[in-house]
Order: sequence, then C-alpha cells, then structure tokens
Amino acid sequence: MGNIESINAPNGILVIGGGMSGMTAAIEAAEVGYEVFLIEESPYLGGRVAKVNKYFPKLCAPYCGLEINFRRIKTNPRIKVFTLAQVENISGKEGDYDVTVKLTPRLVNDNCTACNKCAEVCPVERPNDFNFGLDKTKAAYLNSPMAFPLKYVIDTKVCLGAECAKCVAACQYQAIDLGMTAQSLHMKVGSIVLATGWKPYDATKLDNLGYGKYPNVITNVIMERLAAVDGPTQGKILRPSDGKEVKSIAFVQCAGSRDQNHLPYCSGVCCMGSLKQSTYVKDQSPETKVSIFYIDIRALGILEDFFQRVQKIEGVTLVRGKVAKIEEDPATKNLTIHAEDTAAGEKIKESFEMVVLATGIVPMTAEVKIPGNLVYDNYGFVAADAPGVYAAGCIRRPADVSTSVQDGTRAALKAIQSIVRRGTNG
Amino acid sequence: MAKKLGVYICGGCGIADALDMDKLCGVAAKEFKVENCKTHPFLCGAEGAKLIAQDIKDGTNTVVIAACSPRAKMDVFSYDAPVYMERVNLREHVIWVHPPKDEDTQMLAEDYLRMGLAKAQKAEAPEPFSETIDKTILVVGGGIAGMTSALEAAEAGYNVCLVEKELALGGWMAKLHKQYPKHPPYRELEDTGVDAKIKQVEGNPKIKVLTGAEIEKIEGAPGMYNVSVKQKGASTSLKVGSIVQATGFKPYDPGKLEYLGYGKYKDVITNVQMEEMAQKGKITRPSDGKEVTSVAFIQCAGQRDPAHLPYCSAFCCMASLKQALYVTGQNPDAQVYIFYKDMRTPGQYEDFYKRVQEEPGVFLAKSDVKNISEEGGKVTVEVYDVLLGEDIAVSVDLLVLAAGIVSNSMPEATPTVEMVTAEGEKRVTEIAPDSGRYATSALHLQYRQGPELPTLKYGFPDSHFICFPYETRRTGIYAAGCVRQPEDIAASMDDAAGAALKAIQCVEQTARGQAVHPRTWDRSYPSLFMQRCTQCKRCTEECPFGMYNEDDKFNPLPNPTRCRRCAICMGSCPERIISFKDYSVDIISSMLKAIEVPEPDEEKPRVVAFLCENDAYPALDMAGINRISYNPWIRVIPVRCLGSVNIVWIADSLSKGIDGILMIGCKRGDDYTCHFVKGSELANTRMGKVQETLQRLVLESERIRVEELSISEFRKLPQIFDEFMETIKRIGPNPYKEM
Repeated sequence: MGNIESINAPNGILVIGGGMSGMTAAIEAAEVGYEVFLIEESPYLGGRVAKVNKYFPKLCAPYCGLEINFRRIKTNPRIKVFTLAQVENISGKEGDYDVTVKLTPRLVNDNCTACNKCAEVCPVERPNDFNFGLDKTKAAYLNSPMAFPLKYVIDTKVCLGAECAKCVAACQYQAIDLGMTAQSLHMKVGSIVLATGWKPYDATKLDNLGYGKYPNVITNVIMERLAAVDGPTQGKILRPSDGKEVKSIAFVQCAGSRDQNHLPYCSGVCCMGSLKQSTYVKDQSPETKVSIFYIDIRALGILEDFFQRVQKIEGVTLVRGKVAKIEEDPATKNLTIHAEDTAAGEKIKESFEMVVLATGIVPMTAEVKIPGNLVYDNYGFVAADAPGVYAAGCIRRPADVSTSVQDGTRAALKAIQSIVRRGTNG
Repeated sequence: MAKKLGVYICGGCGIADALDMDKLCGVAAKEFKVENCKTHPFLCGAEGAKLIAQDIKDGTNTVVIAACSPRAKMDVFSYDAPVYMERVNLREHVIWVHPPKDEDTQMLAEDYLRMGLAKAQKAEAPEPFSETIDKTILVVGGGIAGMTSALEAAEAGYNVCLVEKELALGGWMAKLHKQYPKHPPYRELEDTGVDAKIKQVEGNPKIKVLTGAEIEKIEGAPGMYNVSVKQKGASTSLKVGSIVQATGFKPYDPGKLEYLGYGKYKDVITNVQMEEMAQKGKITRPSDGKEVTSVAFIQCAGQRDPAHLPYCSAFCCMASLKQALYVTGQNPDAQVYIFYKDMRTPGQYEDFYKRVQEEPGVFLAKSDVKNISEEGGKVTVEVYDVLLGEDIAVSVDLLVLAAGIVSNSMPEATPTVEMVTAEGEKRVTEIAPDSGRYATSALHLQYRQGPELPTLKYGFPDSHFICFPYETRRTGIYAAGCVRQPEDIAASMDDAAGAALKAIQCVEQTARGQAVHPRTWDRSYPSLFMQRCTQCKRCTEECPFGMYNEDDKFNPLPNPTRCRRCAICMGSCPERIISFKDYSVDIISSMLKAIEVPEPDEEKPRVVAFLCENDAYPALDMAGINRISYNPWIRVIPVRCLGSVNIVWIADSLSKGIDGILMIGCKRGDDYTCHFVKGSELANTRMGKVQETLQRLVLESERIRVEELSISEFRKLPQIFDEFMETIKRIGPNPYKEM
C-alpha cells in the first residue's frame, strides 16, 4: 500500500461519512471558516438520501437540496472530499488526532470528464448496488446522472484488469489507471465528526414475511429506487416478478421494528415513509388499492398534516394490526397477508400483488465502532459524545432528513468548540 | 478596469468532432473582436489549465470557457477576483443532445458562445461588501433552547447576550418535576438539571444575561444590528451580529377543552398542572386535596383535531408515560389509565414505553373518547377501546388532559390591516402567516416588511425546507426550540446548538462579504441607480427576505448583509435600476441581443428558455448526461431564480424576433420548492400580466409559458421543450421579426 502526502491540520475537522449528516457537518463548519476533511466510504457523496425519490412531507426531490450542497462544497476551498475512503485507525486525543485513512483505488483519476466512453466499451456487467441489484451497470460506471463527484469509478471486484483494458484505450484523457493501488492517507486533525449513518435492517431475517423468498415482497428502500426517475425502472413502480404495474399493494409497518426478536426500538421514519410511498403508488395509478398495516402511526409534530392528507386519498386504507405472516401464491406470485385487524377485532387474510416491508434503521455503529470514548447504548446508537468526537445523524437515534441536517449542524458546532477550547487553553 | 478577454474552446468529449471549431473561433474573433481565442483538445487537463493560467498571468482578466457545463470541473476552472469567468456549455447542452456536424447544432453552439461573450464583456467579478461587523450573538428567550444556544455560542468563542422576559432563566423546563429518560437504558426518570444549566449560563463570562427584559426594537442588518432592550424601565442598547429566537411555547388554552370536562369538573387538569403538583411534592385532587389512587390520562386532548390543534405536539405521549410513573411512584397501588390514539414514542423512547407498560397498575388503551362525566366525587371516562372492540368506562380520582403546545409566535387572533380600496372604501383584511406582521411581538424588527419572523402553518416560524431546517426568511435570524416546531427537551437542545452554529456562521460569512445560505459562495450584492427610482415599492415589497427598508419618501434603502442574492428585486424593478456586478438586466439583455435570429423564411424559429440555475438547469445537464435529444432551436439562459427575470427581457426577446419564451422554475404554492420562497410564484404572476399585454397587442399569449420542474424531472424537460416548439410552429413566427 502506498502513502500519499499526509495532512497536518491541527485546527482542522475530520468528518467521517458523506451522507446528509456528514455532508452538512462538513459544509456548515467550513462556512464558519474551518478547514474540513470529508471522507466517504462509497464512490459518491449523498449517502442514503441520494437513493430517495422524494422527501416527506413536501414530496420534493432530494437532489434539489443536494445540488445546493454540492455547489457549496465545490465553491468552498476549505472542504476537501475523499471518496472511497475508510478510517483505518484513529489515535491521539482531542486537539491532536492521528488518523489513518485507507483510500480504495477508484481506477479513475481526476482527469475523468464523465464522457462515458469507458462504460461504452467495458465488456463486464455488475449488479447495481445503488439500485439494490435491480439492474446492472458496467464495471466502469457513474451511479446516477446527479452523482457527485461527477467522475466514473471502476468496480475492482469485476474489472478484468490489464488483460482487457478496453477502457484504457477508449479514454482519451488518460483518466484510467488500472494499476492504481490502495493508499494510506495520514492526517492530523483537531476534532472529529462521526456520521456513518445507517443501514436497513436485514429483511431476510423476518422469516414470516417472505423477503428474499418471494420476489414481490420488497423493502421500503427498494421502493424508493423503483419510484426514482434515475432508478432501475425510470420511476415506474413495477413488480419484480413480472414487471407489471400493480393493482394492489400492502405496506407492512414495523417490519422488524418494535420487536424484541429484531429491533426493539422504533425506527422513527417508517410510518411517514410508507405514507409517502403510498402517494407514489397513487400518483402513478390512482385505482391501485393501498393498505397500510400498522401498530401506531407516528407522525409527530406538524407531520400529522401529511398523515391526515394521505388518509383522505381514496383507496388508501389504514389497518391497525400487526402482520403475522405473508404467503405467496406460486401461480400468480401474489401475496396473502395474515394479520389481525384490531380495530375491527377480526383476523384478516388478504391478497396483494406486491408487499412493501417498512424495515427499520440499524446504526452503522452497531457493527463498526471507532476508537475513543464514545458511549453506545444497547442497540449501538451513540448515547454520548466524547471530547473531540461528535456523533451526528442516525448513529445517535433514528432520524429523518431534517433532524439529520440539524444534527450535522450541531456536530459542526461541537467540533468547532473543541478546537476553540484547545486554542484558548493553549 | 479594461476588459482583456481570453476565449478557450475545448474540443474534448466529442466537441471537436461535432462542431466546426474554426467557425466557433471566428465568432469570437470576427463578431466580438477577441484577439485571444484558443482551442484545446482537453482544456480541463493540466496543460489546458496551465494555458489559461499563463494568459491570466499575462494580463487576461476575463475568461470565457466554452466546454462542459459550468457545474462540471469547477475545481479546475476557478479564478479569483478580479478575473471574471464565464462558462459556455457546449457539451451537456449542445453536442451530447444534438446531432454532430449539423447546421442547427453549430448554430446553437455559436449562439451560446455569443451569449457567453456578450455576458463576459459586461460582467465583472464582484467585490465583496465590506463593513465593520459585530460578531456578538443575541439570544431571545431563556428557556432550555435559548440557554443552550447561548452556551453553545459562547463555548465556540463568541460573546452572547441572552434576553429573557421572565425574572429567572429556565422557562418551562424549570417547571418540570422530572424529565423522561434521555440516557440508556431509557427506563428511569431523570432530573432536569435545569439549575445547573442556569448556573452555567450565568457563570459564563462570555454571556451577558438580561432577565426581566424585553426587546424594544432591533434595527439594522446581520453583522450590524442595534438592539434596544428594556429592563426595569430602562433601555440598554447593544450591538449584535445575528440572532437566535427561542421564545418558546404556551400550552394550548385549556378553557377550550370543556368538552373533556376541563373547567366543568375540578378534578380534570392539564399535563402542565400535573407537573406543578408533582414538583410541589404531592399529586392530589383539586376538589378535596386528597391523594390520588386512580388517574386517567387522555392523550391528544385538543390535538390532532381540526377544531383545536390540527397537529401533534410531539412529546405528550412521553410526558404522560412519565407522569404515570409519578402516580405509581407516589402510590404503588394506584391505578393509571392512559387513553391514546397512537402511542408516539419514536426511536429509543420505545424502551420507556415498554418500561411503563410493565409498571403494575398502568393500563394503556388505544381508544376513542366518548364521554367525560362526574359522579360520586369521581371523574368517569367512557371510551371505545379499539383493541378490545368494546366500550369501557373508568371512574378515577383525577383526569389529566395531555394538552398540546402553541408557538409563542402564534397570535391570539389573526391580525388584520385596514386598507382603503381604489374606490375609497375601507376594507379590513387578515394578515397572512407568511408576513412579517403576523407573529406575536418578540423581536420588534425595524423592517419594512414587518417586525417579526414570517411563520408557516400554525404560527411556527419554521423553515419550509426539509433539507435546510435553518432556512430563514430574515437573514441572520434563526428560530430554535418550540417556537419553531413542537419538540422535546433533547430535540430542543440539538436544535438550539444548530441554530447557534448558523448564527455564528452568519456573522463569519457576512464578515467575509459572502451571502448566507443558499448562495454561500456569492460575494455580489445589489447596487441601485437611485436617480431613476420611481419609488414604486416593488423591490421593497417583493424581496422574500425583507432586505430593503424605505425612507419616508418610499425610496428603497438596501441592507446588503440581509441580501441573499436571489435578485428577485432585480426582476421586480420596472426601471431596471437594480444590478449585481455579474448579473444585471443589461447583462442578460445583451445575451438576448447576441442571439442570431434567422429570417422567417428559413423556418428556424427561436425560443429563449430562462432556467432556474439550481433545478431546471442541472436537470437539462442530466438530460445531456443521458443523451436525451430535444429541439435545437431553444437558447437557454440560466437565472439565479425565476423571480429575477425582469419583464424587459421578454420585451427585448420579442422585439428581437424571438418566437417564444419559456420560463422553467421550481414548484410554487403551498409545497413550494423555490429556494428563494417567492421567486417562482412572482415570476408566474408577472408573466400572467405579460400574457395579458400580449393579447392586447394581438400577440398570442402562448408565446410565453411558465413551467414548474423538479431537478429530478430530467426526462420531462426535453418533452417540455419539444411540446413548446410544436406550439410555436403552430402559431407561426413572431410578427415583429419582419419589422
């Protein structure tokens, strides 16, 4: 592994995670005037929100705000972004952190103009992880036309390497370097914002709900991609088994959440998410029947307005009842939901063409904890910051977009205070 | 400074294959007399960048780069003032979406170069507005949100002045007996810690605390506010740079909850009264002072109810669960009933919900309340239990109503204004919530557009934007805590810290002469050619951020540090006197005039499309990245906001012989996405008037169309273009073409 020039910024802030919270923390701190290093594990910024079709409750496009944020980054010389970057080690203390960051080779350098020639000639396809494997990209790809940085990446796992090198020949700008190796970046920074985000709860663990077994049982995050114009179906909600439009769809709330066997806590955003997704369905085909199976609808604050609005949409039914089981009819691939309608006090058995599981939020810190004195709760959420290291976003608790942005803003301040404190204390 | 232009045309990404590069250079050299026009096969590469850098060193001060979208390669093509740079989008908007070596494609590229050159000849790199900036932060409100903002700002090294109207700090938090758990395992009640917090604030040398004090007035603008505070009958004046408004909430008027027995039965109280009792030490019945052995809670009392508060107050579920433990803590044999609609305990709060469910004697039921009555000294609550599917009734010693909260910005009654109509008739009109004259007094801003922060629904001076919760309609003034939205202590503290950061950031950006969100890179600011001002008041009324004050003769008085650089005032001005160094009515008019309009018999109509640079313009780039082709007769001009489009540009276009005008901006209406709030709406209103004028001139109103587009609708945008072109073909050429 090679080393690239190290960074010495004792008054600088390292932000780990380029999703909504991390990006916000980085930009907000830089706009105060601090030097910021933003590292992101994937090839592009935007994190989970980049995969979202629309935000609740305004039903506006995430890229609208991302465009502003990307521009704030592009025009701010105090922010340096490293993609495909992972923290390997953190040592030291508040005001004096030594961080080693591993940079995974992109195989594409800054010469890239995003002209697409490499992808045109690339002979290898890979499942598109950005779209949860619902379609494919070439080994050389751009995850979205809205991607930032606007720079291709080559998937080293599937690239045929020097033997093929068709892309190398096709690129007129010497932007492709198949010999690129992993590098270590050493940096000294004063404080750290941790914003590594979340991942959806693994729905295959919900045996009774059929995800992974039945193609037409999908999750809420997949639904976002199906509805997205840059998604695998260009925004048409089609069921995976046969690509047909659905005439009936069920949303199963608390799929694995508020459940002692899975995630005991509430994931906070899934009620609003499903209410929102029911509008995706209704906007595309008003006659489609939508049922939402829930325990409590948690539409806090003025989000209640959106709950009221969705309840008024004809053909959207809210059923209070926990879904016990989902079964598939092998012939039609339709799904039968078994639930208890507690409001009507009877057992329900109802068939749907597609089912969306509202799976919950698992903090990335449940698995990967960074060295330091952060305090975690039983679920792996960060329960308390440590001097010099500040958490933001869904690693603190399940949070919606606004809350994550607020959190990122707060963390920027905390990181700044840490530097100021050191300055005044000598 | 004399302009010394350098034009650099990139041939990369297929540009040189699709276009006649010599002819393009000819446009610069012959039509614009540019001496220095260079082409390069890979302009964004090291060599290309060096080429430009060398020319700048040699005195070039205006750089026109005809290559990819201005949104791409910003890191390579970036020059400090006084160098002005203009980008011409030959890639995404020309060669990726139109056939190569084609007459129309070439004409499009040449027009874009002409437009870029016309702009570059007139625009200059802005010099930042500079003024002595005071960086003190004013925090209004000394509850938990205000105290947190003050402390957080102070700990970041800023001086703070905290103004609280009560005699003591603490706000509602000081009235709580305990708070529900904020720490794992989220099962036990916690002390509020309010006393320690107050001490911390009062002991912080950077925080000046003024209690029993109210804001008399705030004059000025970010970085230079003059604040008068009235305390004990005397006025103090302060200089501050930015403001956090954390003026909190009031409980919903329980007098309106008579339908739940409040005011009718003595033993029906609110959750606020319950706290008071618990804090005093004993939970008793108001009617006879006896300790309670059974208590019922009704959740959403006057909430989620269109007749009362339509919204949810976010923390009442958790608060009642907490209060249930007060009761069982006092008497382990007590019975507690909590009747709720939806139990709202998000995130890890679910653990506390479970904890209370385990508590002996606590019974929770999802239910619809049917009747409250009093009999034999007990309050009887009758509900339909949704889970059991049957009616139940309980008789209790005490009924607690979990009533909600109202923002302190929400006026008691909708304020009105008396207007005199043209006919001399007096008319009383209600003031809209998004006006600076709606909210209850707190800041007393000396602003032309009113003394307070405009509010959204229900009186909350909240941000409208999901992705920018600290967006504000009054630059440098940020709302935090329950004045802004219903939130609990933990959320208020996070909110307050974020607001403190934004307040700090505002003074720092202002000190650098830069705008605050969203155009944080922008150093331009408007200048007004006052000799031609007709005091029409459009700029002072239409600025969404209240930038302008007025003197007594209705002259606009700009406050540059309040400006967000949207240029909506520039769009509003009929005299065209408002300009930015790099964006003015004249600059865009010059671009329009630079377009070559073919003779009618050539049958190549021309359309100008004004595109919002944050959404529609990137969407068109993405159409380019996806190689989605569309009509090549359209000339795109990016605008800061659709609201900055001055109608003179429409006149210029039509008199030039342009056949149609498209304006594509963000969504307007209740769920608007316009980042300058009113821009899209104003553009639409103005164009409606233009269309009327056109009809009077016997010109087809369809020649002008305003469209809404989201950034992600990049597949729809080419369709809009093509459909509009069909319309133009159908109605035929602009008759002014022949004149």
